[in-house]
Amino acid sequence: MQTRKKYIFLTFLASWLLLFLFGGDQLRRFSFFSGRKAEARRNWPRWTDRSLLKSFADTEELQRDGDPSLLSPRERRAAWLSVYGSSRCRMETCFDFSRCEKHGFKVFTYPQEQGQPVSETYGKILSSIERSRYHTANAEEACLFILSIDTLDRDHLSGQYVRNVDEKIRSFPLWNGGRNHLIFNLYSGTWPDYAGDVGFDIGQAMLAKASFDTQSFRPGFDISIPLFSKDHPQRGGDRGWLSQDSVPPKKKYLLVFKGKRYLTGIGSGTRNALHHIHNGKDIISLTTCKHGKDWEKHKDTRCDKDNIDYERFDYQELLHNSTFCIVPRGRRLGSFRFLEALQAACIPVLLSDGWELPFSEAIDWGKAAVVGSERLLLQIPSAVRCIHPERVLAFQQQTQFLWDAYFSSVDKIVHTTLEIIKDRLSPHRSRSRFLWNALPGGLLVLPDFSTHLGDFPFYYLQHGYSPSRKFTAFIRAVSQAGSLSQPILRLIQAVSGSQYCAQIVVLWSCEKPPPSSGKWPQTAVPLTVIQGRRQLSHRFFPFEAIQTDAVLSLDEDTSLSTSEVDFAFLVWRSFPERIVGFPTQSHFWDPEQGRWGYTSRWTNELSIVLTAAAFYHRYYHSLFTEYLPAGLRELVDGLAACEDILMNVLVAAVTKLPPIKVTQRKQHKEAVAQQAECRDRAAGTPPPGQRSPSAPHSAPAEVKGTAGSRRFSQRQNCLNQLAEWFGYMPLVSSQLRLDPVLFKDQVSVLRKKYPSLEK
Amino acid sequence: IMCASAKYNTRGPALIPRMKTKHRIYYITLFSIVLLGLIATGMFQFWPHSIESSSDWTVEKRSVHDVPVIKLPADSPIPERGDLSCRMHTCFDVYRCGFNPKNKIKVYIYSLKKYVDEYGTSVSNTISREYNELLTAISDSEFYTDDVNRACLFVPSIDVLNQNALRIKETAQALAQLSRWDRGTNHLLFNMLPGGPPDYNTALDVPRDRALLAGGGFSTWTYRQGYDVSIPVFSPLSGEVDLPERGPGPRRYFILSSQMALHPEYRLELEALQAENGESVLILDKCTNLSDGVPAVRKRCYKNQVFDYPQVLQESTFCVVLRGARLGQAVLSDVLQAGCIPVIIADSYILPFSEVLDWKRASVVIPEEKMPEMYSILQSIPQRQIEEMQRQARWFWEAYFRSMKAIALATLQIINDRIYPYAAISYEEWNDPPAVKWSSVSNPLFLPLIPPQSQGFTAVVLTYDRVESLFRVITEVSKVPSLSKLLVVWNNQNKNPPEGSLWPKIRVPLKVVRTAENKLSNRFFPYDEIETEAVLAIDDDIIMLTSDELQFGYEVWREFPDRLVGYPGRLHLWDHEMNKWKYESEWTNEVSMVLTGAAFYHKYFNYLYTYKMPGDIKNWVDAHMNCEDIAMNFLVANVTGKSVIKVTPRKKFKCPECTAIDGLSLDQTHMVERSECINKFASVFGTMPLKVVEHRADPVLYKDDFPEKLKSFPNIGSL
Repeated sequence: MQTRKKYIFLTFLASWLLLFLFGGDQLRRFSFFSGRKAEARRNWPRWTDRSLLKSFADTEELQRDGDPSLLSPRERRAAWLSVYGSSRCRMETCFDFSRCEKHGFKVFTYPQEQGQPVSETYGKILSSIERSRYHTANAEEACLFILSIDTLDRDHLSGQYVRNVDEKIRSFPLWNGGRNHLIFNLYSGTWPDYAGDVGFDIGQAMLAKASFDTQSFRPGFDISIPLFSKDHPQRGGDRGWLSQDSVPPKKKYLLVFKGKRYLTGIGSGTRNALHHIHNGKDIISLTTCKHGKDWEKHKDTRCDKDNIDYERFDYQELLHNSTFCIVPRGRRLGSFRFLEALQAACIPVLLSDGWELPFSEAIDWGKAAVVGSERLLLQIPSAVRCIHPERVLAFQQQTQFLWDAYFSSVDKIVHTTLEIIKDRLSPHRSRSRFLWNALPGGLLVLPDFSTHLGDFPFYYLQHGYSPSRKFTAFIRAVSQAGSLSQPILRLIQAVSGSQYCAQIVVLWSCEKPPPSSGKWPQTAVPLTVIQGRRQLSHRFFPFEAIQTDAVLSLDEDTSLSTSEVDFAFLVWRSFPERIVGFPTQSHFWDPEQGRWGYTSRWTNELSIVLTAAAFYHRYYHSLFTEYLPAGLRELVDGLAACEDILMNVLVAAVTKLPPIKVTQRKQHKEAVAQQAECRDRAAGTPPPGQRSPSAPHSAPAEVKGTAGSRRFSQRQNCLNQLAEWFGYMPLVSSQLRLDPVLFKDQVSVLRKKYPSLEK
Repeated sequence: IMCASAKYNTRGPALIPRMKTKHRIYYITLFSIVLLGLIATGMFQFWPHSIESSSDWTVEKRSVHDVPVIKLPADSPIPERGDLSCRMHTCFDVYRCGFNPKNKIKVYIYSLKKYVDEYGTSVSNTISREYNELLTAISDSEFYTDDVNRACLFVPSIDVLNQNALRIKETAQALAQLSRWDRGTNHLLFNMLPGGPPDYNTALDVPRDRALLAGGGFSTWTYRQGYDVSIPVFSPLSGEVDLPERGPGPRRYFILSSQMALHPEYRLELEALQAENGESVLILDKCTNLSDGVPAVRKRCYKNQVFDYPQVLQESTFCVVLRGARLGQAVLSDVLQAGCIPVIIADSYILPFSEVLDWKRASVVIPEEKMPEMYSILQSIPQRQIEEMQRQARWFWEAYFRSMKAIALATLQIINDRIYPYAAISYEEWNDPPAVKWSSVSNPLFLPLIPPQSQGFTAVVLTYDRVESLFRVITEVSKVPSLSKLLVVWNNQNKNPPEGSLWPKIRVPLKVVRTAENKLSNRFFPYDEIETEAVLAIDDDIIMLTSDELQFGYEVWREFPDRLVGYPGRLHLWDHEMNKWKYESEWTNEVSMVLTGAAFYHKYFNYLYTYKMPGDIKNWVDAHMNCEDIAMNFLVANVTGKSVIKVTPRKKFKCPECTAIDGLSLDQTHMVERSECINKFASVFGTMPLKVVEHRADPVLYKDDFPEKLKSFPNIGSL
């Protein structure tokens, strides 16, 4: 043996021995000692008289629970308020529920005052509220009030600091000691302690504040919001960056940080220690001393080297290529970094003790972030290394979901704030924690529709439910009063022939009354006629009559066979959250025009399924009517043929998935069919039976007559307006169609379940 | 530092380096010395402890009355009052807990003492039955340590469950003289009945400085969120009365109130409800004319009718739990046990374990102001949800209320999760009843992502020795535009793969992996070489698929990245005669499986197949050299709850199932074996996860009357 090797060997040995002697604690946990240990362990004694011990309270005492106390419940509530005052406000003491009873949850924003400009960010917040479906212009019916004074930046050294807020507020007749008011704030306090107070008396107002600390946070009353930059988009917002799911995560770095190192002052404790975990390989933790004007005064020996290292890495590059990102406190508890990491699918490792996490009333951060302790910084590397790769993948996906559901735009942040408050007003009609933390997120789930998970299209698999086995055929009729057209009669026959049809509902959208009940065909399933309004959006009203999960939406001149309906329904049951239907259209980006184009040509892709013949979940009626603001529905009613595009856009925005096209027979109604109004029809449109099917691949623009081209341009216009309103284009394209397994295969027709689809 | 989680081998199954003999000797010597050292350490570490047992802890039988008596001088120190601003990061010493591989806190219990004041009068009952049960439970749990120096959390044996049963000042003095008290840091007190007349504070009045409080009946003002733990008030009745679980469904009464001590104001409101809604509302009170010997606590009366308590709770859908003098009520436990949905009317009450339990799933919380609307609020709850809430209520009782042990362990787990948040128990584990856990799936690829087309896919060809056919497959597959890499898994140990120059020249990288053993599972190993999410598993004789068909398959996979997307489809059927599952390869209208002789899937499933396949399926498949594809179908369906997607029309495949066992023709025995696989796997999974569907995916314009040259995938379905 070579001498050198011998030494290495000996050192190795010695270190092992040392490890064993001093690492005994760890070793004790080894299983082969446990048997021995159990004997030696001194457990809590098994007392001989343990069965004779007295109970901690006898049953009588428990059930009587003292004497009914002298204070009446009402008096007690009043006493709480006086005892705890506004600094310890709770909904039951500081919020006037009665204001919300008559008109529901309505939010009023104070009118802008002359000469009182608000910052860009506060402007965005106000406009988000005004875009919300809860906004009201009438202070009388309001339940919640939002000030027009910009309270976002309460650092009195800042240029946007508004002075004399107290005085201004006291002059508002509606202020009422702050009751039912919500105050937004992003920055509070200033050098050196950055204390949490906003510098004026908020009274009994709720505070929606970034960097909230757990001590001043009034649980169930205040709301912690994330810190966001003034460039945060008003609506829409960028998608998350996660584009692939891989196990183990294929990222270059495990853990990164790049930021300032405070040499002095609050927050410097943690920031000063961050460089310790840097290993230059998979953990990159870079700090610079350069910040503020006089950093060189406090400069220490590390600074020069650190500053050089700091420049060698790019923040964005680190963000893109790391599995975990350290999000330490800055001077304040929250930082921009938090949302940046969330968007980048870089799992936030929070080092911000005492930070009340954003929307923690709703969001379960344990699923998306590692909540570390500032005191245990040095344990972080080993802790994150030990997180199981599957859990890392789940974390990454959850960051993306949360980012997209609650944070990617000012709209989402503000609307989440409002929904959390609304949920408090009626706890029995509120979202459970599960709903907030599962796709598609709390904003898209309306507790007013139902509080039962099985009533929504999203949770079947997670809770072992399945969608109902029957559907409701929902036909919108616009034909002349007095007699029913041939197509609608054929349609009713075909649909009622389906073994899965539970009922037929006809929405009579003419002003003239529907034919008397005797004129309707006899069907095996119940047929209901509802008198509807003429507005196109009314077809998506959540009618009580619709009792099944599945709705088959139909126009009266749609032609479908029973087999088509049967097959499509079975497909829908596999994809209950999507629209499943027959005629389709698609959208595309038109770079020349710089806007979205729309086509009903036969193409290799599809992104819109016409609701003239489509299955979807009845919840989408509620979402369409309740969730979308009235303005959008007015837009749709103003354009002649936009409501089905809006429905598709809505479902795509919820699911992030394309609709599904199923097999249809050749003679299907042309996609460009008229959504004729009663009056148009009276003016002499040919009855549907005589309409010759136009060449399938003719663009609508080429369809004879101006009606077609006007319709086409309206739809294109509609598409662009919707994309504008949503802030992005939610529609997703698909390249496939679902056919029966043996569709057009060379097998005997007798073997096939749906032979008629092949004709 | 050791990780609790296993580290996975990402290299591949083959490469086991052979050590040189010389080195081996070193290693063996090293190992034996290490072993010796280990044993020595063991002796050193554990010998002294076992002989050191002090008189407090003798194993022999003792009575609680024999414990040492401690006299508290009148002037012994009293701790500060509880600090309302305490949070884990300010008042808790995490350094005591340390980083440990199991992510478990260590809990120490002080030995039992009897405390008396200067005059010899005892400070409290030595210990109650419940507190003894609680300490026994902790002592029997994984959290327990008998070594005070290694403890992270300390539990005094001083019983403060019921504030009325103790003397406040003296109890506080007793706490202060505990050996590791240190202002109460890391000490945990359990209290169920806080406060006393007349104002009934909602937290224990005993001054306790920084100690954590597990309290029943916190209000939002006394509860230090993230520091204290809200626990239930244990109901001793649950040990005495056995209420078997009742199936969910309609019950005789809609609303029931069973509490005896209600404030008259509440009782008036309840009676108004009853007057309005009649028989469906039952308001019970204590019985006034019971004969002697009948325990009043087990009876309730309405006018002259007598009801058994708590059995009567099972007769109602909703049970009112109103605040009394205290916020926490033992009746909550009885109500949950009866599977009755609690209607909680106690403003500002912090519900038990609210940090982790989602009470909206098991209860209805109604603000006190809204009591008159209670009936209509409850009426608006859908029937299906009522049934679920009934189940959930019962489950909460079974898991977290039924015994002092359940309460103790839930409390410790909550504190544990705060200290090791990255190893915390999830929402689902806390809240989902076993039935839901069993019937539900949590898809590991839950985010709706459509992977970018640019990523492409990796084709993995499993081959043994059919080189000619293999080369044809490689040539064919290489024509697919989205192919980004080709991986050949050479499963033949007796023969070397052909030389590099002989392989077909293709436009993408081609890698050959040699395996150590001829196992079918090699095809599903998550090789590092697979850099794309999409994997195309393809046999070395599948040459009939056109480039359009493969490309289209990839596009379909992109839209369904969490599913198996494949070509030949198969079906499982229930054979009523034989009473078992049967495998079907005939031309059917349904599919439930696709063969992995040609299928796209996510690389994640390779990882699952290799490391997370339940039971012995993986070995079984390798031993039988069959059914690896069925196993993969089971695995994916089980974890996602979704069906496979079969793409493109039926083709004449050359008995794809036979490729595993070369030369075997499609015959009866083969089908029998495949059927057996299905039955075997269904029993291992404990369920039949496969989903049957009637659809397949075709290009949008497939067989449509449209010029072929304008279609994206014209060459589909040719035989």
